[in-house]
Amino acid sequence: MNALKDSPKVGTMTLDGMAVEFTEGETIYDVAQRQKKQIPTLCYDPRLEAFGACRLCVVEVEGIRNPVASCTTQAQPDMVVRTRTEALEKHRKTLLELVTSENRQLSVDPLSGFASQELSNLVVQYDAATGRFQGKQSGTSNKDDQNPFILRDYDNCISCYRCVRVCAEQEGDYAINVKNRGFHTQIIAEFDNDLRDSSCTFCGQCVQTCPTGALGDKKALRAEAKPGEITKTRTICPYCGVGCSVDILTKNEEIVGVQPAMDGPANEGALCIKGQFAFDFVQHEERLKKPMIRREDGELHECEWDEALDFAAAGFRRVRDTHGRQSIYGVASGRAPHEAAYTMQKFIRASFGTNYIDNCSRS
Amino acid sequence: MSNPLVDMEKPDVIFAIGTNMTECHPVAATRLKKAIARHAKMVVVDPRRTRLARMADLYLPIRVGSDVALLLGMAHVIQREGLVNEAFVRERTAESEAFLEHISQFTPAWASEITGVPAADIEKAALMYGGAERGAIYYTLGITEHICGVDNVQSLCNLALMTGHIGREGTGVNPMRGQNNIQGAGDCGAVPANFPGFQPCHDPASIEKFSELYQTPIDPGKGITKVAALNECGKSIHAMLIDGENTIVSDPDRKHCEHALKSLDHLVLIDIFLTETAEFADVVLPATSWGETDGVCTNTERRVQRLRAAVPPVGEAKPDWWIVSEIAKRLGTPGFDYQSAKDVFNELCSVSPIYAGLDWDRIDKSEYQWPVPDKEHPGTPVLHEKEFKNGKGLFKVIGYRDPAEVVDADYPVWLTTGRRLQSYHTRTQTGRAAGIDYLLSEESMEVHPDDAAAWKLVDGGMARMSSRRGAVEIRVRVTDQSPRGTVFASFSFADVPINILTGSGYDPVTDTAELKVCPVKIEPLADC
Repeated sequence: MNALKDSPKVGTMTLDGMAVEFTEGETIYDVAQRQKKQIPTLCYDPRLEAFGACRLCVVEVEGIRNPVASCTTQAQPDMVVRTRTEALEKHRKTLLELVTSENRQLSVDPLSGFASQELSNLVVQYDAATGRFQGKQSGTSNKDDQNPFILRDYDNCISCYRCVRVCAEQEGDYAINVKNRGFHTQIIAEFDNDLRDSSCTFCGQCVQTCPTGALGDKKALRAEAKPGEITKTRTICPYCGVGCSVDILTKNEEIVGVQPAMDGPANEGALCIKGQFAFDFVQHEERLKKPMIRREDGELHECEWDEALDFAAAGFRRVRDTHGRQSIYGVASGRAPHEAAYTMQKFIRASFGTNYIDNCSRS
Repeated sequence: MSNPLVDMEKPDVIFAIGTNMTECHPVAATRLKKAIARHAKMVVVDPRRTRLARMADLYLPIRVGSDVALLLGMAHVIQREGLVNEAFVRERTAESEAFLEHISQFTPAWASEITGVPAADIEKAALMYGGAERGAIYYTLGITEHICGVDNVQSLCNLALMTGHIGREGTGVNPMRGQNNIQGAGDCGAVPANFPGFQPCHDPASIEKFSELYQTPIDPGKGITKVAALNECGKSIHAMLIDGENTIVSDPDRKHCEHALKSLDHLVLIDIFLTETAEFADVVLPATSWGETDGVCTNTERRVQRLRAAVPPVGEAKPDWWIVSEIAKRLGTPGFDYQSAKDVFNELCSVSPIYAGLDWDRIDKSEYQWPVPDKEHPGTPVLHEKEFKNGKGLFKVIGYRDPAEVVDADYPVWLTTGRRLQSYHTRTQTGRAAGIDYLLSEESMEVHPDDAAAWKLVDGGMARMSSRRGAVEIRVRVTDQSPRGTVFASFSFADVPINILTGSGYDPVTDTAELKVCPVKIEPLADC
């Protein structure tokens, strides 16, 4: 009855001399990934349809004269595949040398985005910064876009279309388009406008999938010059109830950015503008830093914790003694963790023996 | 949600009602977009032509507050066309006879009169959902923030029960929760009707269990809701402890709310900013924020997940659980000697049957969706697979009621309120995030172009919007996202306090405010 539950057919192929199983519909790249083969890619994002543009994932298949892109070639029974040969590695290095010849910046700050190191890492790995090819450079930067979130430095664009595809396939927003073709390919927002005037929702997915730093996280990059290592802490987004997994980026105890967790069960790498960019309330100067008590002058004044807690408790004791235990009410938060809600309800029930506790969900 | 988020990619018919998902739950909406790309059909019911509505195969522009009538009309068609899942109704449900008898009178023509939706489209929606292999319902506060919120939800459950679109992959009745841990607040027992883990306050065994655990006799029966408590401020309620809520701006009927908090002898607030509500507090205690706090939250699909501190707290801010425990200890209340968030969470797991299989270490990888009744249990992504919580799924006989206030000669326009993509609630957080103002710097009232012309409003100009409770001045934005006769605004901006207007009525069962319906009048203002 349920097509989703039909078990797919299984076949066997040979991968670097080993017999391996695959299921119908899988690509050579899928199978190789499962076997922990290191195949370089630039245009590949596991969440998107394979595109076959960068050609770095080429492999040799016996019986086929030229190398094939493993990301777009389906595994077939009895296929014999080699993922790493001298010829393939030379081919990959040449491709990378061509890519670097038309793109200027090879060192990209990791604050730019989740995948921003992919090209520079491969160039180092393949020793491809040789300057072997000299020529024109492609892509035109659009640093005029004044939006505060997304840097658009297309000098570094390699036309992998990951931004175009993530916006269409993952977000369904279709805000990013392509103008011209071939060497003159230019990534644009709809009608070549600023992003604000397109259907862009500033979810930041294009930034996070860009493998070169051509698209960068402007907010995170504010901390580019700050000293210190980038540390990532896995947590859950503070906004709606979807519960997206994120990594908080910190430098020297300062939150400098957020990146989506690709393995987050609720979001699988997706985020929205709030989760991606609205993190800086945490260390905002207006945060409350000390307890406050309203004194005789009618104003709130900062004080020490002990005094504030004594005052808070004394007030509840006074009201209980005057008006009885059913005169005290607790409102827990839908924005604070379990430990807050649990202690709040226990405080009311255990201190006053009532169920005079609620949370903010009714309004 | 009865079903997990991944299931949102699997229905063949999506029925989305009262949910502005692309703005309020954007990441969940990406899954619906993927389902549609894989040829799922979508019906969207909403007074406003939202982005989600524009993506729909069938859009039903319903009059605010008329959901029950629409759902009765759909149920009528499903029965008339023989689309009732007889086997499911026989084996899994109870009290179907009265329900099926009841709906026979509510024709699509009747529903059309009330909802303003063409009868033919009500028929189409019923045939699509009723005829689906895997039909899934998604809703948000557009369903619950009405005087008939419970009726709305029950009506959706009736549809799922009569078609059997529940308890299977890609189906279900799925509320999208709006706050990161609003599900968790309920899980933890921070509600007047339930102890932790939804153990009822009227159940003698649960009362005994918690009276013993908390070393004090707890009153039998449920307590009063926050809404009732605010009504009682200065009468029977004289002190409040409020954690992380900007009540004055987020709650309906601001004047009433201000009066309530002013009437208290003692108000203690725990928060991360000095909010508008702090003006009424006697004590304000600084809590650690997201990013500074270790803890646990539960998302809309009941997934229990870890929050981790990335930076030390600012100033002398302390975790909420520490603050509450310190107050409790000073009152001599036993059982608050926690050393860490882990201690608190593990105690919760030990007293809550739905968390019995969990502890701090087991939730490290976000693997579990409750209920997790024991340590061997893998969690429960899909609810109601074999049986419902109390055995059979109960049909409820529901009738249509008008909203608490309806438009009239004095207040001839419907106001419906909600949220926007770029701001969150009362902007205590997004309002302090750099860059957000570039996209959304002020509140506006969304008006249909024909109404704007008729009411002499100018796009970008100012208007006064008043209800029976108060008035605000607000920027006009002309858009066909609003239907004729209905305007929209969010409650995010404290300088345009929309909740001065709202508060016309409350659901009699849950006390949830009818924030989605408020008759108003609108007058143009000369630009200042």
